[in-house]
Amino acid sequence: MSSLTPSATLSDSVGKMAADRRRRNWNKAGMVLFMVLPGMILFFLFVLIPIAQSLIFSFYKWNGLGPPEIFWELKNFEQLFKHKAFHAALWHTLGFVALSLSIQLPLALGLALLVGRGELPGRRLFRMMLFVPYVFSEIITAIIWRYVLDPNSGLINVIIGSLVPGYQPIAWLGEPNVIILAIFFVLTWKYFGFYMILYMAAIQNIPGDLEDAARIDGASERQVLWNITLPMLGPTIRLTIFLAVLGSIQQFVIVWVMTQGGPVDYSETLGTYVYKYGIQRLQLGYGSSVAVTLFVITLIFSLGYQFFVLRRDYQDTR
Amino acid sequence: MSDITVGRRPDKPFKVSVTVKLVILITLCLMIMGPVATAILGSVRTTGEFLARPFDIPREGLQLQHYTEVLTDGDFWNSFRNSLIITVGVTVFNVSLASLLAFAFSRITFRGRGLLFNILSLGLLFPLAIAVLPIFIQVRQLGLINSMWGIILPLVAFGLPGSVVILRGFFTSIPNELEDASYIDGCTTWGFFWYILLPLARPALASVAVLQVITGWNEYFLPLIVLTDPKLWPLPLGIMQYQGQFGTDWARVMAYVVILMVPAIAFYLFTERYIVTGLTGGELKG
Repeated sequence: MSSLTPSATLSDSVGKMAADRRRRNWNKAGMVLFMVLPGMILFFLFVLIPIAQSLIFSFYKWNGLGPPEIFWELKNFEQLFKHKAFHAALWHTLGFVALSLSIQLPLALGLALLVGRGELPGRRLFRMMLFVPYVFSEIITAIIWRYVLDPNSGLINVIIGSLVPGYQPIAWLGEPNVIILAIFFVLTWKYFGFYMILYMAAIQNIPGDLEDAARIDGASERQVLWNITLPMLGPTIRLTIFLAVLGSIQQFVIVWVMTQGGPVDYSETLGTYVYKYGIQRLQLGYGSSVAVTLFVITLIFSLGYQFFVLRRDYQDTR
Repeated sequence: MSDITVGRRPDKPFKVSVTVKLVILITLCLMIMGPVATAILGSVRTTGEFLARPFDIPREGLQLQHYTEVLTDGDFWNSFRNSLIITVGVTVFNVSLASLLAFAFSRITFRGRGLLFNILSLGLLFPLAIAVLPIFIQVRQLGLINSMWGIILPLVAFGLPGSVVILRGFFTSIPNELEDASYIDGCTTWGFFWYILLPLARPALASVAVLQVITGWNEYFLPLIVLTDPKLWPLPLGIMQYQGQFGTDWARVMAYVVILMVPAIAFYLFTERYIVTGLTGGELKG
């Protein structure tokens, strides 16, 4: 394009190059704007601004009609922290976090270690069947399980009833404490395969020589597992912990469709609480204070986790 | 030392036999497939049969009318179309905006690049479901209630950080020599992006797109709060409405469920490898 012709003098060509560079800089600025602006505008408009706004709205009493006018100081938060249903929602959500970390992930990891490598006929078919619930929408999951857990004609009670003589059908989605475990069982059904697939993919990436070398040096199987295999899986394990916690905090659809947070507040979670008390009743100020509380919880966890745990992984890859 | 290793056959580490593995896996798969099979069997039997024995073969003949009832229902096809609009909109906008951002963040140096990327990464900490009330307020302020844009734009915005991280990782891994060579051959920056980088990044783009398709197709929460007009409802809301209408007629609802399961499974079969790379690709290398 701007190749030098033999007849051009040196000063000519120098001037031309400078002009070229200026034009290219302008082009570059234009292109950067074109590439960055649309995405960033969208991100500000629908992620950052809403979050920042809710911080302000949480100090107002606002029923959604007209602009927020009544400055309410911290009354929304005071009310929120006193509300029994909110306590229930908080505890149930924390319960999901604890259960998924202590049951879902170890189970998925153990099974992935067991079947992830070595000879196994039909591996692809098994992987598909384990992963299928993850592909189903949460709505399908919730509807199917509402029927499976039905106290009178649901599959679970019928199976238990045929195995245990004199079994009194349990109302899985009706009794306090039982209901949370039942929902957790459904969540495990849906997400277990997802974690297992992540672990299996990571296990297949561990070079076998490393473990063999340790064995040749006399390491026991337990030592190989603790000192080589699990550390090699470290990044994946740390990532899944992060995903499991965030996933449990944001759980809404399955709970909402199966129980709507009820009966009473037996299965209330933070997600159903925001929807019920913020959106359905158009208490946007109060709802904002719930949202802010959620942000704070998530932010503390995420930043702490990034800082203390995940930072190592990023340094490794750089 | 040597006599310890001789008898240990280091090439066969775990002594778990294939049979044990198979037994464990088959038990697990039965537990996972049980509810799915219940739904399928329930959809081809009468509700009466279903209530009497939830898990059984059809003894009164195949009841395929449940399927024809759903498939000839105008509301179903209307919801189907709405789902398609949301899914295509979310995927197209997400993939194109994310690749532009990822290119700028990985291969062009400009002032404020690091800051902008860090701001965008903040989005990874806030899943959509956590921010749903603030989004609702914003969508109302922008007058997008009962508009498909009120679903598509927030979904795209919340999907951007993840997509950009995956694509940026991939774009960064492409050697600089390739870029230099293309400039020597007279390519512009845009030309390099469009003719060289994007075709090379096809697997990464596919992973991002596949995850967005799943997100858009399955989204329930956002349509629930943004769309009050039933004519605009996508399938996840459509099936809830159907269940409201025929709540006690389980067989019909199960037919609807199975109809929604089929495309999900087919989609998974075709895109399996992209899903797994997409899920692991962002944070993990390799």
